[in-house]
Amino acid sequence: MNTTFTVFLKEVLDNFRDRRTLMSALIMGPIFGPVLFSFVINLSIERSLENAEKTLELPVIGAEHAPNVIDFMRSRNIDTVAGPADLAAAMEAVKEGTHDVVLVIPEAFGDQLGDMTPALLKIVSDQANRDADRDARRVRSAVREYGQLLSGLRVVARGVNPQALQAIAIDEVDVSTPSGRSAILLGMMSYFFIFAALMGGMYLAIDTTAGERERGSLEPLLSLPVTRSQLIYGKIAATCLFMTLSMLLSLLAFYFVLDFMPLEQLGMTPNFGLPVVFGALLLFLPFILLGGALMTLVASFTKSYREAQTWLSVVLIAPTLPILIVSILMLRPRIEFMLIPSLSQHLLLVDMVKNEPLNPVHIAISVVSTLIIGIVLTWLCARLYRREGLLG
Amino acid sequence: MIRVDDIHKSFGKVKAVRGVSFEAPDGKITGLLGPNGAGKSTTMRVLYTVLRPDEGRATIDGIDVVTDSLGARRRIGALPHGAGLYPQLTARENIVYFAKLCGVDKAEIDDRVDDIVRLLEITDFADRRTKGFSHGQRTKVALARALVHDPRNVILDEPTSGLDVMATRSLRELILKLKDGGRCVLFSSHIMQEVAALCDDICIIAHGKVAIDDSIEGIRRRTGCEDMEDAFVKAIQMVAPPA
Repeated sequence: MNTTFTVFLKEVLDNFRDRRTLMSALIMGPIFGPVLFSFVINLSIERSLENAEKTLELPVIGAEHAPNVIDFMRSRNIDTVAGPADLAAAMEAVKEGTHDVVLVIPEAFGDQLGDMTPALLKIVSDQANRDADRDARRVRSAVREYGQLLSGLRVVARGVNPQALQAIAIDEVDVSTPSGRSAILLGMMSYFFIFAALMGGMYLAIDTTAGERERGSLEPLLSLPVTRSQLIYGKIAATCLFMTLSMLLSLLAFYFVLDFMPLEQLGMTPNFGLPVVFGALLLFLPFILLGGALMTLVASFTKSYREAQTWLSVVLIAPTLPILIVSILMLRPRIEFMLIPSLSQHLLLVDMVKNEPLNPVHIAISVVSTLIIGIVLTWLCARLYRREGLLG
Repeated sequence: MIRVDDIHKSFGKVKAVRGVSFEAPDGKITGLLGPNGAGKSTTMRVLYTVLRPDEGRATIDGIDVVTDSLGARRRIGALPHGAGLYPQLTARENIVYFAKLCGVDKAEIDDRVDDIVRLLEITDFADRRTKGFSHGQRTKVALARALVHDPRNVILDEPTSGLDVMATRSLRELILKLKDGGRCVLFSSHIMQEVAALCDDICIIAHGKVAIDDSIEGIRRRTGCEDMEDAFVKAIQMVAPPA
């Protein structure tokens, strides 16, 4: 125990003096998340506010065939301009991205309206391009609205109540709360915390294995009258301390940054006070042991510092996979998910941010399963540290 | 007292050591001499227990390096070849770290470290971080680290390689001091003159086997060469390379 503590203290001192470790543990990891996050959020808020108000410039081919359509468009904040020469040119322009959407009014439009056959309008857009499709949607809904207006006028002219055309009315009741809505967006925070923690411990994990070997300090260390388990436990403990610090800083950084984000404009009020900050830290502690042991384990297989860095960047991504899969499939928290490290912490954190009561059974399963995996990995590290090939 | 009894060690297909035996008694300096790749480092690594021999037995003060490797390590101070320091720690911190891990009594650590720092003439740079130290400075600190707990048996793997004349000379004086203190000193080199100047017994190994294990006089006599370098070359040729 004493020996392990000596190793722990030395590693902490050593790494506090190492600029690279400090950069990644105390600056890069914790700052990266909040900065990226606030950038993305602010951008999306600006975009959504901007788009609704902005006047859309719509290139139209054959505007002269339907002046009423053009007038109606203008009332919907859509200005029309002269479009490309013909349909082929319009398709080419949309494909190339010179225009997002082009409205084509065929010559027969007026006649078809008069004949009461459905009058044909063509909207040229690229539906695979989500950004451009937003404009196309506005045009589409304006055209549809105009169509409904005409239909209404036609039935009124025949003495029928235009409401007869609307057989069903829908009233959507949204039960999501402001904190609930924020969970979707803030759900991605948990990855930043995991990332920060792993970044914080990454250089220690390399330093204590591949680094010691490359520096030539491993062999003298192993010739001392201490067991290798004592050494590796001290080293993993130091790694975990840096990971914890890094994660705490990351949590606090979010706590401060969220205040400056105009989240209310998106109808979100995340529950991210200090109790959640420390709750999250406690929740992630078992994961920190797991992450520290996993990184040490991976690094101990590598021959050099560089090789270790390469492999550990893979480890940095690995915890996102379960989170990503569950987010894409939009799965609800289930008890078996609590067995999966990183995912269980993510789901519990999302619940916390949503201000929903946490299921104690879920917490227990998350903590115990992650801890068990962490302990097994630590034990494996010790096993590997004992093998002869360690010296390379 | 170090005793090596017919140890073998292979790495994959390479047979690094093929039956090395010798004895390094207390109060004497034993030289392990051989060309590059002869198996000197492998033999020493077995002794400071980072490698396990495939066959044979080695003991430190009668303690088996395999069955009680921790006990064996308690009785040695080892300087592996090219031993590295922790660049972010000062020379003194490097030494203190090893002293603590060797279980030196807390109350004694400061005195011990001061003594060894003075003895190895590290004082001038003792409180500087070892990043950027010269090779000689690094070797001195690594040596201080290996000796700070005052081990009964000292194993030095090519300690003089890369040292200048002054540093080599002070290292030689230190080794003689250890001998006078009744320590068992085993040190390896590939330079005959250096070994001849210092050692009581010389074990010449080549191709993983012992060529000659004798005193300097004995080696001269058995090879029939007056010049030590000639004797060394002749001894090496006595061992056939592995098939």
